[in-house]
Amino acid sequence: MIDFLQTHLPALIEGLRVTLQLTVGGAVVALLLAVAAGLGRRSRHRWLRWPANVYVETFRGTSALVQLFWFYFALPFFGVSLPALVTGVLVLGLNSGAYGAEVVRSAINNVPRGQWEAGRALNLDERKVLFRVILPQALPMMLPPAGNLLIELLKNTALVSLITLSELTFTAQVQRAATLDTVPLFALTLLIYFFVAQILVAGMRRLERAVTRHRGGAA
Amino acid sequence: MIWSWDYTFEVLPEILAAFIVTLEATLAGFALAAVLGLAWATARMSPVSWLARGASGIVEFVRSTPLLIQLYFLYYVLPDYGIALSPLVTGILALGLHYSCYTAEVYRAGIEAVPRGQWEAARALNLPTGTTWLRIVLPQAVKPTLPMLGNYLIAMFKDTPLLAAITVMEMLQTAKLTGAVSFRYLEPLTITGVVFLVVSLIASYAVRYLETRHAIRR
Repeated sequence: MIDFLQTHLPALIEGLRVTLQLTVGGAVVALLLAVAAGLGRRSRHRWLRWPANVYVETFRGTSALVQLFWFYFALPFFGVSLPALVTGVLVLGLNSGAYGAEVVRSAINNVPRGQWEAGRALNLDERKVLFRVILPQALPMMLPPAGNLLIELLKNTALVSLITLSELTFTAQVQRAATLDTVPLFALTLLIYFFVAQILVAGMRRLERAVTRHRGGAA
Repeated sequence: MIWSWDYTFEVLPEILAAFIVTLEATLAGFALAAVLGLAWATARMSPVSWLARGASGIVEFVRSTPLLIQLYFLYYVLPDYGIALSPLVTGILALGLHYSCYTAEVYRAGIEAVPRGQWEAARALNLPTGTTWLRIVLPQAVKPTLPMLGNYLIAMFKDTPLLAAITVMEMLQTAKLTGAVSFRYLEPLTITGVVFLVVSLIASYAVRYLETRHAIRR
């Protein structure tokens, strides 16, 4: 047991570091894109709505792994060659961002119309209504589905192993090939993912509580 | 011009042929997920506490770990126990198992939405537990969940390229191999993406239709 951990744990932790980089990097890209595209799909301007629609439908409609392969193997034909880590962060962010855009959009749609009208009646300009009245009310509705997306993002980081980045799954594969400790090694790897997922879930719960407390508990 | 139409038409038939494998994996995997998910959902509601807690634990664990490693796990471990399955069957098992943990949640919501009075009425009529589940509760519980199940069917369809990692010749693996032969990945990978996009757009419209039809009936 100790022997097994001594052989594998250092390498797996090194892999986990890359997995966490992918998760955090992907989440940041996804957050920016989700807000931009979520608002864009609601815009009055066709030149904002259209690109946002195409982005969301394309990335939700195709497979994450196909997107990853496309950016890694096909994009170089346009003269753009990105390293595996950058490709991973970018594609994971683009993919989750498209799902996140729908979360943002539906949360905003669920804020009662009267809130927009009240904001306008108070002579607030459009942007102030959005950022000071609507989004603060939409935020608590966004957090639970955003938490689910974060777990999906973490799970999707495993796909990046298939474009040869040594994150956790890739490392587990390499260690397996070297030692053939298949069952305990994969079991340990699954446990690490499970553990990280539980931490993310707990973190999102805290965030949800913080946001609702700030609003005086009224949902 | 970067894009070559000649090459596109050369590789198109191969990729479309591989679409059959993708479709097989999706449908067989989903059939498994639909049945197994129901088993998880009923086990979680069982009065036997170790059964309920065990099922919850398994569902939670499988849902929060990557499908890819589950796939490797089955692929490398099953042969050690003398179970030699083809990569496609292994892939179908992994997909079915993974998504059964999502369908379990869907069924659970459906079962909880069945009014308590239905249970009580069944008990008043002295129906045995099995009959109550099969004839009273499940028929009412499953129908409203169809759109959600449809969404997971689409999600599973989009996860089938993962089977490429265990050498199944589905669409993505075929695209990658044809690309490797000619050193041109652009066309095969783009075609694969477009096929996924077209099929899942059509499927999402079908699910939305299912949703509105159900909403009207209520």
